[in-house]
Amino acid sequence: MSKLARILLVSLALSLSLGAGSALAQAEAGLRLAPAPVNRLDDESLQRGARDFINYCLTCHTAQYMRYNRLEDIGLTPAEITDNLMFATQKIGDTMTVAMTPADAEKWFPAPPPDLTLEARVRGRDWLYNYLLGFYRDEKSASGWNNIVFPNVAMPHVLWQLSGTNKLVETEFEEQGKAEGAAIAAKGLSRVEEKPGGKYALLTVATDVPGTMTRAQYEAFVGDLVNYLDYMGEPIKNQRIHLGIVVLLFLGVLFVFAYALKREYWKDLH
Amino acid sequence: MSKLMTWIDDRFPLTALWESQWGKYVAPKNFNFWYYFGSLAAFVLVMQIVTGIWLTMNYKPDAAKAFESVEYIMRDVQWGWLIRYMHSTGASMFFVVVYLHMFRGLMYGSYRKPRELTWIFGCLIYLALMAEAFFGYLLPWGQMSYWGAQVIVNLFSTIPVIGDSLSTWIRGDYTISDVTLNRFFAFHVAALPLVLVALVAAHLMALHETGSNNPDGVEIKKQPKDPKTGLPLDGIYSHPYYSVKDIVGVIVFLAVFSIVVFFLPNMGGYFLEANNFIPANPLKTPPEIAPVWYFTPFYAMLRAVPSFLGTQVWGVLVMGAAVLIFFALPWLDNGAVKSIRYRGGLYKSYLVAFLVAFLILGYLGTVPVTVWGQFADGFPFHGADRATVLSRVLTIVYFAFFLLMPWYTKRDRTKPQPDRVRWK
Repeated sequence: MSKLARILLVSLALSLSLGAGSALAQAEAGLRLAPAPVNRLDDESLQRGARDFINYCLTCHTAQYMRYNRLEDIGLTPAEITDNLMFATQKIGDTMTVAMTPADAEKWFPAPPPDLTLEARVRGRDWLYNYLLGFYRDEKSASGWNNIVFPNVAMPHVLWQLSGTNKLVETEFEEQGKAEGAAIAAKGLSRVEEKPGGKYALLTVATDVPGTMTRAQYEAFVGDLVNYLDYMGEPIKNQRIHLGIVVLLFLGVLFVFAYALKREYWKDLH
Repeated sequence: MSKLMTWIDDRFPLTALWESQWGKYVAPKNFNFWYYFGSLAAFVLVMQIVTGIWLTMNYKPDAAKAFESVEYIMRDVQWGWLIRYMHSTGASMFFVVVYLHMFRGLMYGSYRKPRELTWIFGCLIYLALMAEAFFGYLLPWGQMSYWGAQVIVNLFSTIPVIGDSLSTWIRGDYTISDVTLNRFFAFHVAALPLVLVALVAAHLMALHETGSNNPDGVEIKKQPKDPKTGLPLDGIYSHPYYSVKDIVGVIVFLAVFSIVVFFLPNMGGYFLEANNFIPANPLKTPPEIAPVWYFTPFYAMLRAVPSFLGTQVWGVLVMGAAVLIFFALPWLDNGAVKSIRYRGGLYKSYLVAFLVAFLILGYLGTVPVTVWGQFADGFPFHGADRATVLSRVLTIVYFAFFLLMPWYTKRDRTKPQPDRVRWK
């Protein structure tokens, strides 16, 4: 029996590790992402992110499940929200929509801008962070921009004045292993791509023309924005984690009593 | 109080019902870890029904509003997020608990005479649960909901001649649409819960008629009675003994459950998939459509079976057979003993092979068939997907466990089964 139990445990562990591998492998093959510098407990970062989201994103994109007054979660007062973050005729209980109708969006854009309320739950924080760092100039594309993380994306680089313009840096390697080694050494965002003729290219971006922000400032700016997007995807996350700790402590206490009760009854049995 | 009970008992057999089903039900005293999962399955069923009722209060079964109403529950309804995460986590945990409960049955031969009907009611519960989960998965109306339902309903269209009309009849439309959502909602919240509750009642009544099996496979009803208590030598009353023991089990289960609900509600994309946070879009097929983890062993088999004679129906038939073959188990087993403790090496090897096949098929069903690349030139099957070839082998292993069972259980060198249970 104990042998069987061991076999069971080993096969369970095996299947779990296989499963964990596939969950982590959700990122595309060849794409390396830098970890997003986010902190769900940093209200100031979330407030900066909310401000920047409303100023830069909420002109084309909507957040149609997010109410303005929800921002009280991250330490803003109703007056601060209406005075600083609401520019149209909406009420504070309204959700974050834009004047553009879906029909207009179909007409004006090659692909309608997706709603961003849940984007962090769809893409993940790291993907979003690197996506906003991954734009580079590409004369061949319709918008003049391209992206390492999302090749041939329809969205232009809206934040270019802040970040400056990047160019694509392509380094060729004879072997895949060497290209991947260089990707690890380069740290941060990169993509390894197979080229015709069996060669491999390491793609990274580098600043071409600087913008109004330094590289570090822009990374912090995007970090705040992604922190906010992550909050907006699940506004109750902090409450959930906090409550979880309380619930587990309660169950721990309850277990002690329930186990003692069971022992008390079962001690009569021989 | 006792006056009230007498009054009721004169009119309705309340005391008799309680005593026959639990209060004076005599169970073997040697239940181990594996015997928690029956009561846990009942617990999860109740939790799913209660959280489901509260979700229904704010959910809108309307293709234009369903996705939005789920977000409304997650954001604006008081404690809505908790109720929804309990329900979504509960769905997966229901299958975890039921799979462990079924595996317990395999290990200790609980399906064998005289418990065939308990086993068959259990298999019917498993079928109803799969249907319940499938219908429920459409309701959030995300991309995976939509395309998952599309794929599954399309399976019926592979049936020759009537297939296309059959799948249209199931959907009520030519694609998954508002009509489909409404009928799936009706099945999910009314029809199948009724069926499930009735089947669970039948499962328990059958069990309490024959008495429980145990890790030694000893039939306590055949034992002499203890002169003092009048119970079989290894029998104890369920209440209070297993009542207090199962409460401990429920608390430990709730701790595991809470870790998922409060810290890992997506469970790495296995319980809630990232693509399901995108509203259903009939014009945009997601790059990868995979069912939720509890269906993936069968999905891997479906994909592994090649089409021939110009139809793909074989994969569907294999998948259906893989689920239905559990019903035949009581009549396939010729073993001299019930419990794995006294079985020989043959049965143990087949059971482990079956378990490994089931788990690896489950993994392969979550990933694209190209996951391990193709066999290189010079190997047998060169050019074929490695994962597909392995899935075929494992599908054969899965069925071999059942189909060869009459033979290997007869040949197995078993140990003699004791008259008394081993305990402590």
